[in-house]
Amino acid sequence: MLRAGVFDSTDLRRAVTRIAHEIVERNHGAQDVVLVGLYTRGVALARRIADAVSSFEGARVAVGTLDTAFFRDDIGIRPVAPVGPTEVPDLNGRVAVLVDDVLYTGRTARAALDALGELGRPRVVQLAVLIDRGHRELPIRADYVGKNLPTKTLEDVRVRLEEVDGGTDGVEIWGPAPGGEMGNDDDGPAESAARGER
Amino acid sequence: MKHLLSVSDLGGRAGVDEILVRSESFLEVTRREIPKVPALRGRTVVSLFYEDSTRTRLSFETAARRLSADVMAFAVSTSSVRKGESLRDTVRTIEAMGVDAIVMRHASAGAPHRVASWTDASVVNAGDGRHEHPTQALLDAFTLRRHRGPSLDGCRITIVGDVRNSRVARSDIHLLHMLGCELTICGPPTLMPECLEGWPVGVCYDLDEALSEVDVVYLLRVQRERIGQSLLPSIREYSARWGLTVERAARLKPDTLVMHPGPMNRGVEIADEVADSARSLVTEQVANGVAVRMAVLYALLGSGGPVV
Repeated sequence: MLRAGVFDSTDLRRAVTRIAHEIVERNHGAQDVVLVGLYTRGVALARRIADAVSSFEGARVAVGTLDTAFFRDDIGIRPVAPVGPTEVPDLNGRVAVLVDDVLYTGRTARAALDALGELGRPRVVQLAVLIDRGHRELPIRADYVGKNLPTKTLEDVRVRLEEVDGGTDGVEIWGPAPGGEMGNDDDGPAESAARGER
Repeated sequence: MKHLLSVSDLGGRAGVDEILVRSESFLEVTRREIPKVPALRGRTVVSLFYEDSTRTRLSFETAARRLSADVMAFAVSTSSVRKGESLRDTVRTIEAMGVDAIVMRHASAGAPHRVASWTDASVVNAGDGRHEHPTQALLDAFTLRRHRGPSLDGCRITIVGDVRNSRVARSDIHLLHMLGCELTICGPPTLMPECLEGWPVGVCYDLDEALSEVDVVYLLRVQRERIGQSLLPSIREYSARWGLTVERAARLKPDTLVMHPGPMNRGVEIADEVADSARSLVTEQVANGVAVRMAVLYALLGSGGPVV
C-alpha cells in the first residue's frame, strides 16, 4: 500500500534542477562533464539534467547510457537481464557523473564503476541520485542527492518518470499493509539523513 | 530454458524475441575496445565436437570467453574417444571435472538430447546430424532483423540447395516460419525432403522462378561428399542449375539479401562476385553469431537458476 508521497512533479523538477546546478558548480562548468545514465530511469534523469544544464549554461552536456547487467554480482542468484545498449562518449580525462534514480545497497553503483572502467579512464567519477534511501551494503556514497529518504528495508521506493512509466512524475514510498510484518531493523541512513539535503 | 537442443526449446515467438532483443546488447559488447564482460565469471563451458567444425566451435568459444567463462575444448580426434570410449563415459568424465555447459556437435541426430538426459550441465546443440542447428537459426534471424527491422512478417525467403540433409535448413525453416516469414525451398529433386508433410514451406524446382520477387536468398553448402552418389551429377551442372551466378544475381531485386551459413564453395552454390557483393550478409552472419551465442549462453547460465 501507498505509505507516503515524497515528490510530486514540481518537487522532482526542482530536485533535478538543483542537481544540475551542483554538478556545474562543483566541476567549474559543464565542458568536461559526461552524464552517464544507468538504465532505465537513470538514463531519463541524465537527459533531464543535461536539458537543465543547457537551459542555464547554454552548452550541451554529453550524455551516455550504461547497462550494468553484465557486471552485477547477483547474476545467477536472480534473473538479471540486459536492458539496453551501452553508449558512452569518450571518457578519458573527463568527469563522468553516474546518474541513477534510487541509491540503496550500492551494488548497482559498484557494477557501474566496474562497467565504466572497461570503457575508459575518467579523471573523476561522481554519483548523482534522485533518492538516497540508505541501507548501503558497500562503501559507496553519492555526490549529488535529490533527497535523503530514511526507509525500512521492507518498504519500496517508487520513482515514476513520465517518459519511462507514463503518467505524471513522482516519488512514493510503498510498504506492506499495517498489521503485516514490518522490518524494525533500523531507521535508515541516520548519518546521511543528518547530513540533510544539500 | 535449461538446454537448447532444438528451436522448439526457445519458448515460441516470445522466447525467440527475447533472445534476439538481448543479442543487441551482446553485439554492443563485442564492439567495445575491451570486448569482454564478467557476466559468466567462474562458469565453465566445454565444447565437445564429434564433427569437424571451425567456425561454430570458434564462435561458441569466443562467445564464452567474452562472457569471462572458462572454456575447455574437447578435441575428439586426439582424445580417448579414438580409443573406444563411449559417449556416455566421455560425458561423465567431462562432468566430473565440473562444467556448467556442454556445447555439442555430433553426427547422429538426437545425440545432444541423450547427453542432456545424463548430465546436470546445460547442453547446447551445435548441430546434430541432419536434425537441428538452433543457434544458426537464431543468428540468421538476428542478422535479418538488423537489415529489415524487428518484424519479419511476410519476408519472402528462398532456401536453395541440399535441404534434405541440412540441419541448418531445418532449424531455419522452423524459426523463420515462427517469426512470420514466407519460405520456399528450391533445389534438385534428389536433395529435397522425401515428405513435406508438416513443413511450412512451398517447393519450387526452377531456381529462376523461385528467385523472382524474393527478399532473401539463403544458399546452403553443397556437401561435396554427395556428388557422385547419384544424387548430383556434377559440380558444373549444380552450379549452372542451382548456383547463384552473377547473371542470376543481376536479375534479383536491388534490395534482395544473400545469406549462407558457411563455409562457402565459391563458384559452386555462390559465385565469387556475389559472395563479396553488397547484398551478401555472409561476414555479418559470422560476426552476429558470436553475439547471439553470448545471449544463448547467458540465458542458460546467467540469468536463471541459483549459483551451485
